Amino acid sequence: MSNQLSATKIKSWLEVVKDPEIPVLSLNDLGVITSVHIDTNNKVTVEMTPTFAGCPAMDVMRSDVEDVLKEHGIEEFEVRISFDVQWNSNMISEKGRKALKSFGLAPPPQHDLIVDIDIIEHAQCPHCGSENTDMKTPFGPTLCRSMHYCNNCLNAFEQFKPI
Amino acid sequence: MNTEAIKELVYKMADDLLILGHRNSEWTGFGPLLEEDIAFSSMAQDKVGQSWQMYKILHELGDSEPDTVAFMRNANQFHNAQFVELPNGEYDFSLIRHFLFDSAALLRYQMLTESSYTPLANLTKKIKGEAKYHSMHAKIWMKQLGSATEESIQRLQNALDEAMPYALGLFEPSPYEAHLIKDKIFAGEEALQILWQKEVESIIEETQLILPDWNSLIPALGGRNGQHTEHLQPLLDEMSEVFKVDPSADW
Ligand SMILES: [Zn+2]
Repeated sequence: MSNQLSATKIKSWLEVVKDPEIPVLSLNDLGVITSVHIDTNNKVTVEMTPTFAGCPAMDVMRSDVEDVLKEHGIEEFEVRISFDVQWNSNMISEKGRKALKSFGLAPPPQHDLIVDIDIIEHAQCPHCGSENTDMKTPFGPTLCRSMHYCNNCLNAFEQFKPI
Repeated sequence: MNTEAIKELVYKMADDLLILGHRNSEWTGFGPLLEEDIAFSSMAQDKVGQSWQMYKILHELGDSEPDTVAFMRNANQFHNAQFVELPNGEYDFSLIRHFLFDSAALLRYQMLTESSYTPLANLTKKIKGEAKYHSMHAKIWMKQLGSATEESIQRLQNALDEAMPYALGLFEPSPYEAHLIKDKIFAGEEALQILWQKEVESIIEETQLILPDWNSLIPALGGRNGQHTEHLQPLLDEMSEVFKVDPSADW
């Protein structure tokens, strides 16, 4: 390995790994890669944290990360999934929020870690930008989505749940 | 650190979630509304996922793999409260159980975020956000149906009266209460029950339902010790059928 190996470089490689349920959103932008560490023997440890405890996509994400490390010739690595850092929806980057919107999914409202009914019900329509919307149900087709209706453009839409 | 005390605590939480998660999933395709169908399926997936993370903690403490623990034990080795194994019954009972259980679960997780046992503190910091959605969902429906028609109020009242002694079984004290409290692992079942009763009272007050007198209730105990109703073993058989045929089946 070249001596230029750095955590920043590895993070940039991981940019190609996307959330399988939202293929426009990279794991970096989703905020689930919580640390990249290189030890003195060039062993790479990537720490990941689940969006939801029951998220079925987590194992796919982990093996995608492992594949990228292998492709770049990393021989010794470990990809750990833990709750040492707990994910919340504020950890989605600004770039990630834009990607969600272009995908037709409303980004989660920012919150101060106390998610109450007002925060959950508040959603901005990703189609027309109106805030005149109603929440239909906090439980959508996947664990991370809620379902809403826009009273302005009369479209149903989904929101990445604030959590 | 008292490993036996931690294991007892984590097993009962995990088993409650696994069993109730499976009961929730039985609503798939049968919910009174499509919306409720999706809600119960989604909560089932959350709960089973949460139980899995707890079995992983137990695995790190030296117990078997999560698959084995979930699917290879018999009823008398399960530590869930009897409350969660009862059949779904009508929607009224499922809603009442959803409300009573999820209020308790959320409060338990909030308490455990302070735990001196870091893996449990970290996990509950995460899943309390998920549990909040479950508890909020139950409260919305309780308030709606608990003040709707005379019939819906009466049906919920019957379900509440039936469920309450079982719900109290959630707080069956463990043999390690004193250790857990002293080591600041968990503030204890009694403290939890006090918070829960207040929470339940505050929601029921917003409906036309009447709470039974707490002192008149006889809690359904024994679940934490592996004593279960006749409803648990058939559920476990069903759950583990696929696993026993092919233990390597991809979950
Ligand atoms: Zn709109």
